[in-house]
Amino acid sequence: MSPVWTLLPPLLVIPFIIGFGERFRNLREASIIIAGIWLLYLNNQLYSQFVAGEAITSGELPLLSYYSLKLSVEPMGLVFGLLASFLWVVTTVYSIGYMRGHDEKNQTRFYVCFSLAIAGVMGAAYADNLLTLFVAYEAITIATFPLVTHPGTDKARNAGRLYLMLLMSGSIALLLPAIIWVATAANTLDFVPGGVLADVGLSQSATAVMLALFVFGTGKAAIMPMHRWLPAAMVAPTPVSALLHAVAVVKTGVFVLLKVVTYTFGIDMLSTTEAAQFILPVAAFTVVASSLIAFTKDNLKARLAYSTISQLSYIIMAALLATTMSVTGGVFHIVTHAFGKITLFFCAGAIMVASHKTEISQMKGLGRTMPITMGAFFIGALSIIGLPPAAGMWSKLFIAGGSLETNNLIWIGVLMLSTVLNIAYLLPIAINAFFAQSDDPKIQAKTQSGRPMAVEWNEAPFASLWAIVVTSSVCILLFLFPQPLMSLIGSIQWR
Amino acid sequence: MIATQLPALQIIIPLFAAPIIVLVRRSELAWIIAVVANLMCVLVAWKLLGLVNEQGIIRYSLGGWAAPTGIEYYVDSVNAPLLLLVAAISAIVLLYAYHSVKKSVDSNKHYLFYAAWMLCLSGLLGMLITGDAFNVFVFLEISSLSTYMLIAFGSDRRALTASFRYLVLGSIGASFILIGIGFLYAATGSLNMLDLAQRIPDASSERAILVAFSFISIGLMIKSAIFPLHAWLANAYHHAPITVTAFLAGTATKVSLYVFLRFLFSVFGTQYNFEYLLFNVILLPAAVLGFLIMSVVAVFQTDLRRMLAYSSVAQIGYIVAGISLATQAGLTAGYVHIINHAMIKTALFMSVGCIIYRLGHAHRPSLDNLIQTMPLTCAAFIISGLSLIGVPLTVGFVSKFTLIGAAMEKGWWMMAALVLVSSVLAIIYIGRVADVMLFRKQRLPNPIPQGRNEAPLSMLVPMYGLIFMSLYLGVYGSKTLAVASEAATQLLGGFR
Repeated sequence: MSPVWTLLPPLLVIPFIIGFGERFRNLREASIIIAGIWLLYLNNQLYSQFVAGEAITSGELPLLSYYSLKLSVEPMGLVFGLLASFLWVVTTVYSIGYMRGHDEKNQTRFYVCFSLAIAGVMGAAYADNLLTLFVAYEAITIATFPLVTHPGTDKARNAGRLYLMLLMSGSIALLLPAIIWVATAANTLDFVPGGVLADVGLSQSATAVMLALFVFGTGKAAIMPMHRWLPAAMVAPTPVSALLHAVAVVKTGVFVLLKVVTYTFGIDMLSTTEAAQFILPVAAFTVVASSLIAFTKDNLKARLAYSTISQLSYIIMAALLATTMSVTGGVFHIVTHAFGKITLFFCAGAIMVASHKTEISQMKGLGRTMPITMGAFFIGALSIIGLPPAAGMWSKLFIAGGSLETNNLIWIGVLMLSTVLNIAYLLPIAINAFFAQSDDPKIQAKTQSGRPMAVEWNEAPFASLWAIVVTSSVCILLFLFPQPLMSLIGSIQWR
Repeated sequence: MIATQLPALQIIIPLFAAPIIVLVRRSELAWIIAVVANLMCVLVAWKLLGLVNEQGIIRYSLGGWAAPTGIEYYVDSVNAPLLLLVAAISAIVLLYAYHSVKKSVDSNKHYLFYAAWMLCLSGLLGMLITGDAFNVFVFLEISSLSTYMLIAFGSDRRALTASFRYLVLGSIGASFILIGIGFLYAATGSLNMLDLAQRIPDASSERAILVAFSFISIGLMIKSAIFPLHAWLANAYHHAPITVTAFLAGTATKVSLYVFLRFLFSVFGTQYNFEYLLFNVILLPAAVLGFLIMSVVAVFQTDLRRMLAYSSVAQIGYIVAGISLATQAGLTAGYVHIINHAMIKTALFMSVGCIIYRLGHAHRPSLDNLIQTMPLTCAAFIISGLSLIGVPLTVGFVSKFTLIGAAMEKGWWMMAALVLVSSVLAIIYIGRVADVMLFRKQRLPNPIPQGRNEAPLSMLVPMYGLIFMSLYLGVYGSKTLAVASEAATQLLGGFR
């Protein structure tokens, strides 16, 4: 089966979405879920074919004379494709509850752009060369832009402007020349195990500059100072923040970097030269600084946004450390962070829909009315922090192991510092929800004997709640059974 | 039989259509004759391109008088694609023009308008096809004079001054070219380009050649609006009827650039020191400053036509930058951008034409939320705008990728970086328009009338035809690149 087929479900569903429109919204959403399951099935087919040892590539479309658009399947892309298609289904279910509960406008446009973005993600996941990856990258930017501006307010417009400016200028002014540079230096843009730049005679400083162009040009990876769009884009509806700004968009960014490090530079080249050492401190700085900023944010989504920036830079660090272990950890972290962060975003949205609260200071005692949501929040937070029994532990362990391999203890220090900060800004939310006194008299009402009165549960709509339960259980399942994922990532050809 | 006469037919059809239109006088009929003639031109150009691909260079002696005494038409892989491009752009804009012209030009002058159009087209095609240096000047004058007339048709009285300014500068340019050709004739005794190319190396007076070269270069730089000799362009594009602007933006400057290429590479050849001087000391800085400064200027324009006009000068800068690399890759990039930019800019001006048709102006700050009333037009503008920026899967990306690659290959990193800076400026100026169209709330005293108010189908269909063509070539960029690289080989190889 050609990986091109994975583009079909998200594109084919668009006429259905438009056709059913607002009038038949049940059918509209049913068609998206069907497309999502179909896409998941196709990705699973690719997975089983890959495990069976078949080489899976598509035909070529010659976009430029020597460089074509082409898709092929390799482990890293497979991980990303499976992840995105699974979460597409879950997020769609979630957004049915959320968008209706929140009474959002223009839902048809919302779902159309959403599907387009997923098609872009599939293109990125299975890209066989840098050109294809770049095309998909830009397609995602354009498809998600209307999602950021969806609320239509001035704030949303400004966010959209910032989003487009940073991502598009970054990609055209920095990423594109980096790609063309690779093309002129190596005469190929293909992803080759072991990289294509190892013996083309680039000096160390040239390599460092090229790497910097990639790291900073990939604005979606949100390394400082290219991170400003991410918190701004949080004005979007929560399902968008959840899927796109915790999974699809930002993960495409770090995915680009992992691919480039593994298949264009080659980890041997990066680990033997000092080229990456110039950018590692920036990534490390981003990890710590954005954790610190997250502290200062009282708005839950803003805090999660800064936490995302920090977590993304973990993956950038993992890529730049360029050992097999760290890159393995980086790919693994794409998955674990996706499930952890999407759970947290889902919870934030559920809180907004059910109790109309957005600020963390208002959420004390919320666990009494929304126990399932806050319980899931706790698990998601554990996964982000990297504590058992949540999956985040594994990926962090690998990244830390990777930095041990380079004999550079300072990066371990950065990881540990950030972990402590994570604990400090995430766990209190969940703990306060269950144990602190609520300011809301209704929740805190006591019986005459001084015992808290029984309060009714006030959870989000069922569809949303279901999605939260699924993603948070995956966080635990991946902790218990990391083996299938590990063996898939383990089959990456490093050289 | 007809196949052997194709090069002559290419010029004769539009040339004869003009007087017929004048005789007919009826507006609708005039338009129909113009369209039919133009479509025949497209067909002829298509056949010629096929012939060139099949059997190589076509040499055609006009009236049976053999070169170098007689006038020779010379079709090779450099000008054959451009013949098709110019004829096709003209045909598309002409199809689109009917309603727009009806609204903006007095009905008793329509026949003159279409007659001038046909003359302009034959002039442009003539400049492309001819292999005779003096004949280039003749056709240049035909196209220029009719262009002055077309610009003066603008509904605004400022069109007259714009036309006059262009007339003055255009005549200076044309005279320079004429003087240059005169010097060439004095030094070599020939006017046929192939003959010139052979005789120039053995010419007795290198100084005369140098003078000829300088005059011709300056003249063509004016005509192709290379920065800083672009002063005529913004006013002319702004005040001319928008259909004329769309037509000129895709053809006139491109044809002059072609002639420039022909003289630089084929006639003078690349062995001269002064060519090196021209490339590195004059053309390259002019190109780079051009695309940087003009992109900045474009950001601050409030009228869409002016903005696009300055952006045109900037884009010509890209083309010239590619040419000044003087390598196979550089020329390929320049040539491919001639084709791609013609399609992009024409489509952009056509969408502006739709806006003007409905609103009567193209004042950016007053286009609040235009997407509500003219969604298709706005979509056309934004798609073409993305192409101008160079977003992948558009033709602009193909051009930009090739140009930057060519600059890097030669080691001109600075130029590659500046091209990218200018692309970011393009994001800003296109983004500002898109921003107003998509998001700005209505707030002006004269709001745009509510409800669907799309331009007529006769305008939308040709516009989208062009856009789909450019998207197709954006996805299959290797096709245009193959054509361009063939042309670059031909140019670098000299006449054969």
